[in-house]
Amino acid sequence: MGIHRGHRARPLEWLAEKSILLVSLSTILVVFLIFLFVAREALPVFLGRMSSALIQPAIPVAEIDRHPAKELCKYLGLTPEQFAKMDRETLKELLQVKIEAQEEIPAEFRADPDALANTTLWEYLLRPHQWTGYQKPSFIWQPVGQIKKYNLIPLFVGSLKTTLVGLLFSVPLAIGAAIYVSQLARPRVREIVKPAIEMLAGIPSVVVGFFALLVMASVLQSLFRYETRLNAFVAGLALGFAVIPLVFSIAEDALTSVPRSYTQAALALGASRWQTAWQIVLPAALPGVFAATMLGFGRAIGETMIVLMVCSASVLSWSVFDSARSITTTIAAEMAEAVSGDVHYRILFMLGTLLFAATFFSNLIADLVIHRLKRRLEGKA
Amino acid sequence: MNASPDELIRPSRHFRTVRFDFISFFFTGLTGLATFLILAILLVILANILFNGLPGLSWRFVSTIPKKDFFDPATTGVLPMIIGTTFRVLVMTLFVIPVGVTTAVYLTEYAPASALVTRIIRAAVNNLAGVPSIVFGLFGLGFFINFLGRNLDALLHNPGPVWGQPALIWASLTLAVMTLPVVIVATEESLKAIPSGLREASLALGATKLETIVKIVLPQALPGILTGGILAVSRAAGEVAPILFTGVAYYMASLPHRLNDQFMDLGYHVFVLSTQSPDIEKTRPILFATVVVLLLLTFTLNFVAVLIRSRVRKKLRSLA
Repeated sequence: MGIHRGHRARPLEWLAEKSILLVSLSTILVVFLIFLFVAREALPVFLGRMSSALIQPAIPVAEIDRHPAKELCKYLGLTPEQFAKMDRETLKELLQVKIEAQEEIPAEFRADPDALANTTLWEYLLRPHQWTGYQKPSFIWQPVGQIKKYNLIPLFVGSLKTTLVGLLFSVPLAIGAAIYVSQLARPRVREIVKPAIEMLAGIPSVVVGFFALLVMASVLQSLFRYETRLNAFVAGLALGFAVIPLVFSIAEDALTSVPRSYTQAALALGASRWQTAWQIVLPAALPGVFAATMLGFGRAIGETMIVLMVCSASVLSWSVFDSARSITTTIAAEMAEAVSGDVHYRILFMLGTLLFAATFFSNLIADLVIHRLKRRLEGKA
Repeated sequence: MNASPDELIRPSRHFRTVRFDFISFFFTGLTGLATFLILAILLVILANILFNGLPGLSWRFVSTIPKKDFFDPATTGVLPMIIGTTFRVLVMTLFVIPVGVTTAVYLTEYAPASALVTRIIRAAVNNLAGVPSIVFGLFGLGFFINFLGRNLDALLHNPGPVWGQPALIWASLTLAVMTLPVVIVATEESLKAIPSGLREASLALGATKLETIVKIVLPQALPGILTGGILAVSRAAGEVAPILFTGVAYYMASLPHRLNDQFMDLGYHVFVLSTQSPDIEKTRPILFATVVVLLLLTFTLNFVAVLIRSRVRKKLRSLA
């Protein structure tokens, strides 16, 4: 009889299993929601439905009946519900306010062709434009002032600059240390280094940023004698501090998961420890090391507080000894000033969407690479 | 004949088949240097901060509620920031631990190892761990405040925004989403380490799968779950970017006591003190002291987590 218990339907068990599955699915849901809700706020810009033109064709109050409700609604920047609640007089007043606002634009901008430009179009976001008063076409991010300029290229360059400096500094160090700790050093060294690196990972990024701003910046300037005290170089090095623990632990994990038989065979054939590490273990674990670098890239390009505290000027320059403004910094610094729902706000969300997409794919690739590597080393594929 | 007595006794040089390999020696040294450099970076950061910060630390400093001008070293304090940070991470654990532990239980106890859904959940968890913290901040603003909060306000017919604005609960929820992978990974590790003999014994005695998980597996995994929780708290305590738009305040006259209050925060305070001080030389001592308080908080938590984890590992090794 007892043996049959296992076959009896147990509704509670079934229910529990399904609800546990449901909760676990929430992790997938969350990734979706992040993309959905960050992209949702940016959607009008992606679709080219926003207009940031300073001078817009005004609708005279008398012509209120000539335009369909939908057009008026969009012109006044109202949601359909808000629009439905308003009576005719209020609408007329709103139209009047709009005309008065247009009239308040200083005369010098009236003749300016840039005042008519909708700077949220891709053409203005990605390509250089010759703004009035500038000598040649240039990339400018300048979200304040009468004519708002939203060129994204300076921000991309800023992000890339700091990220590259950070990776060039941290990846060789972290991978070198991973090789040393996993292959060459005595086990005791490992017992010291691993908790120390965990400790480095435990330093909040705002503290790393603070350290870079107050201590590193001055020391590095007196060492290298460059002009701008707070520049992409300092920010990049500080970023490296944040990236080292991540790259180290993934690379070390990949190197350790190479089967011992590989190492033993090489050593038995007379190879030195270094030759074994360099010619046998590292090639076998190379995908893992690559994945570590990818994850490091994602971490560095998404780091906010360090770059925010160290440098912020949004001038396009490829020199690492100039200041730089990264994508993350821009979002963090300007979101507070942006009015919910306006062009600037939506463009910041667009930057967030692009950032999410970049890290999503670099993480996904790293995840796939590690998964395949583990399977291969375990002899499953 | 020419050989000295010494050489006759010692193994002859010809026996040493491997010559001194300069390249190996050089590169071993180089990688060792890299390791040393990383340790040196850590030491320099910590030593510098402790050396400059400890003198400014006092009981008065950690127990004072500052007035509006918190840049004045003589009268300032960090009590509201300590309370704000503690409050937000505690609320966070209420959300993240149940969801994280349940997901880990599913992944280790129920999920078919090769099924697509398992693989996707794992990929989602790994991906979540790599989403930039500022994107979590945007998500908190776009989803929790603009979507959930505003709709909640509309539903409750609130005259003004009550929930549709930055608040402690939204900051905590944002952080909970961010630290989910930390809890899942730590719990999963501790669940995997439990010998399968325990589960089999329980099932053999007639317990159902659910009973086995609730009464046998989870109690054994408790230290691991605790570790995950503490690591998540320590990670969240230092994060600033996700709370920038979801609840942190530059200055609050009163302490936060409701879920829809804004709050002051230690990490954000470090940011404010180091970038917005009117006289950085004057605020230097309190800035370093604030950093020491933040580091003490995160490191103590980290240390406790590592301690519990190493104990659990030892115990499980003896069980297996």
